[in-house]
Amino acid sequence: MESIQIEIRTGAYYDSIVLMQLQQELASLPQILDSGVVMGTPTNKELLAQSGLLLKQAENAKGDDLIIAVKASSEESAKHALSQVDNFLNRKRSVSGQDYSPKSIETAISMLPSAQWVLVSVPGKHAADVSREALRFHRHVFLYSDNVTLEEEKSLKEEAIQKGLLVMGPDCGTAIIQGIGLGFANKIRKGNIGVVAASGTGLQTITSRIHQKGAGISHAIGTGGRDLSEEIGAITARQGLSLLQKDPQTQVIVFISKPPGAKVAQSLIHIAKNLGKPVVINFLGYPCPTSSIENVYFTNTLEKTVQKAVELSQNLPKTTACSYDLKGFHPEQKYLRGLFSGGTLGYEALFFLRDYLPCISSNMSIPGIQSLKQVSVSQGHTVIDLGADEFMVGRLHPMINQDTRLRRILQEARDPECAMLLLDVVLGYGAHNDPASELAPAIVQAKELAKSNGRRLDVVAMLIGTDEDPQSLQKQEKQLLSSGAVVFKSSEEASCYAASLTASLSKKEIGLPAMNLEILNTPFAAINVGIQSFSDSLIAQNAASIHLDWKPPCSGNERLKNLLKKMK
Amino acid sequence: MIDIEKANAETTQRMIEAHPVLVGLGKAKDVIPGMEDNMLLHAGPPITWERACGTLKGAVIGALLWEGKAKTEQEAVQLMVEKKIKLSPCHHHQAVGPMAGIISPSMSVYIVENKTHGNRAFCNLNEGYGKVLRYGAFSQDVLDRLRWLEDVVAPVMKEAILETKGIDMRSLISEALHMGDEGHNRNKAGTLLFLKAISPAIAKVCKNSLTASQILDFTGNNALWVLNPIMASCKAIADSAMGIEGSTIVCTMARNGTDFGIRISGLGKEEWFTAPAQIPKGLYFSGFKAEDANPDIGDSTITETSGIGAFAMAAAPAIVTFVSGTPKDALNSTLEMYEITHGKHRFFTIPQLDFQGTPVGIDIRKVVEKGITPRVNTGIAHKNPGVGQIGAGLVRPPMEIFEQALFAFAKKYNFE
Repeated sequence: MESIQIEIRTGAYYDSIVLMQLQQELASLPQILDSGVVMGTPTNKELLAQSGLLLKQAENAKGDDLIIAVKASSEESAKHALSQVDNFLNRKRSVSGQDYSPKSIETAISMLPSAQWVLVSVPGKHAADVSREALRFHRHVFLYSDNVTLEEEKSLKEEAIQKGLLVMGPDCGTAIIQGIGLGFANKIRKGNIGVVAASGTGLQTITSRIHQKGAGISHAIGTGGRDLSEEIGAITARQGLSLLQKDPQTQVIVFISKPPGAKVAQSLIHIAKNLGKPVVINFLGYPCPTSSIENVYFTNTLEKTVQKAVELSQNLPKTTACSYDLKGFHPEQKYLRGLFSGGTLGYEALFFLRDYLPCISSNMSIPGIQSLKQVSVSQGHTVIDLGADEFMVGRLHPMINQDTRLRRILQEARDPECAMLLLDVVLGYGAHNDPASELAPAIVQAKELAKSNGRRLDVVAMLIGTDEDPQSLQKQEKQLLSSGAVVFKSSEEASCYAASLTASLSKKEIGLPAMNLEILNTPFAAINVGIQSFSDSLIAQNAASIHLDWKPPCSGNERLKNLLKKMK
Repeated sequence: MIDIEKANAETTQRMIEAHPVLVGLGKAKDVIPGMEDNMLLHAGPPITWERACGTLKGAVIGALLWEGKAKTEQEAVQLMVEKKIKLSPCHHHQAVGPMAGIISPSMSVYIVENKTHGNRAFCNLNEGYGKVLRYGAFSQDVLDRLRWLEDVVAPVMKEAILETKGIDMRSLISEALHMGDEGHNRNKAGTLLFLKAISPAIAKVCKNSLTASQILDFTGNNALWVLNPIMASCKAIADSAMGIEGSTIVCTMARNGTDFGIRISGLGKEEWFTAPAQIPKGLYFSGFKAEDANPDIGDSTITETSGIGAFAMAAAPAIVTFVSGTPKDALNSTLEMYEITHGKHRFFTIPQLDFQGTPVGIDIRKVVEKGITPRVNTGIAHKNPGVGQIGAGLVRPPMEIFEQALFAFAKKYNFE
């Protein structure tokens, strides 16, 4: 039988919203036909009456009284409903609730201003727009998405490099910044090996193996698979190398990639040589001339790359190119001049120099070396065999008569572009009986000449002979050293030293973009747009992260989207 | 090419700097520009009698009976069908009205003046809860209450307001936000603040202490009393930002129970963008369900337009049930609105958000791009004339009106 039950509570105040909700909850109980929960104001009582819920006992309720009326298909259900009122009113609500999920990068940044990174893993056709938005707010981008066009990639990276920002990707599966893994990343201990890689399984393999071998990673910077193409020109890789060069945690650099274009490869090797840190390069399948050039080591499998890197990280080579004191050189001084009396020594020197210095000219003919237009005038980096036929007409061999070389030393000293002289001094029976006695004063004079013109001229001599030679090796060395020359007895050491010092004078021209180390120093914090688990895993690694509740802009309406782009 | 960002900054700045002060009360026909004897003002965008919803029709009938233009419901309908009475949007007359928003020529309206920009805005008096004209009810008791409001309350209120030398509505709203109001659905604190400001003046100007007591009692028991002067204040704010060349900021959101309409600062006040109004999601009074509800209606969305109401939801945790229950959801409601607004208010601030300013200046570009329409807190009217309010809840305008506006903007300013 239908039954209406009413309860009146006096002196209770509830917000009308609470009452409306209670009423809804009562009405949803089994066998309840209708319910009314109101304060007993005349208007409310009238409303109850309209619903047939106003019994006599409630007619006298006052505005401060709470009326709870329930109509049910049985008296029992009605009474049961009333018994539930306190449960409903006192039910604990979750106080916390969900944190706000921002809908835009702008809002996310206002919530987490320290976020330097934006992780982008939205569908490819939207990825460039999201990345561009991140760059607009001066944030670095980890671009996991694929299906970003080459044109988009180029324009994003060009904008990024202008602003000193990184765009890692597109199609960048993994990276490690300050020990925090982005995207798909293994848990790798921190260490002194920095990695620049196209990024993906290659990077994961290398970093994992480095970890297994007891070494660790400072940072691993992903570039995306197309970064080393001629079109992109390795923008991100160059930025990554620049960062790792500056980063004090990084002592060894590993650089792996699929085979780059020939021009890009050469420029990257050139950069690597000038990083001042050991660099292990593995351009999968790219033919490299030697196993190493000074600080650069070439490997051709992932495992060998790991071995070399770990070996270097545990036993750091002592000297590296960057540690030269370059004080005193004028910015115009860039070139090396080699003045050789011995053809073979000059010839060998060219082979070494070629790996350090671009565009060398010589009167000796070897592949990759330009021939000197006019032997009497040096151009750029120049190596001259003074014993070549053209110098020998009517003259004694320079090992006996040094006049030509002495004049040439002063000639080079007057050249504002010349920074380095590389000489051979060959002792022994038949040679000049005291070559240093003529060379040393000429070197002193040359250095003073340069100095008086605001320059610095370095002289490197390779001294060939024995202590039992008539000229005495020690005596010759002493004279040369007192003139301010740097003396080596190994022709290789002499060439490489002279070459790498000269090369370091052109540092600014090696194409290393300026990057602020702040990216690697400030505590990692990121905004995640796309795959939620990327944000979750950052938080699991104790990094700050905000996940953006992303939707395609304009609900996917292309016409509106294009219009809005114009209206930004 | 026009600098939208600059125009929007100016528009929002005007909204923020507008300084509404309640300066008086007067009869609609005397004070509202363009008001005619055979005219009724209504909420929302323009509408014909034929397309009007039940709530609006009920209120029109009630107003004609009350004005004495018709003796019966049938006569009133006849007048409308024969187009003897003009329907015109409040918004075309510097006015706003809650729900049906009917303002008839001899009704008294608040006069709010924007001290910064000099413009004025108007809104009628609030009749309280339950069966009331604004919800389409027109029974004798409804008309009697209106008569009492007009003949007893209005004259006292008018003198009292003059006696106060003006009530600063900007500071009243600011203070109410710090007391748990959001200025649209919750106005308990604001009403008490109003009462505090007006009571001494009423005591002074009202000759009859019994009448004074009745007025104070009615006002104090009607937690929506201050909504109407707040709406007029928001209207004064929004109007001061209308017509800024190149601005994509919304200066009007209003519903007539059939259509939801918006107007954009840079497109001027002549151009409405409309689409069918939706049914609000909410909680219902005893005996009513969603099926009974009329589509969204009223000019009270002027509060959200000016940066309060649902936009200040974080300030009003007591009514969080509207947004599913937890105070955090209330915070999130406000946070979401920052996504689509140009700036933060300097005077309307929210303690729960570290005294951040409320989101203000709805940018249609952001609405369309992010797919987030403005949130609106609202009362819910019964779809049949004469029943009244049946609940309260939350509604959002249809996205298509923002898209329409964007296309129109692109066309006008050659972005296509």
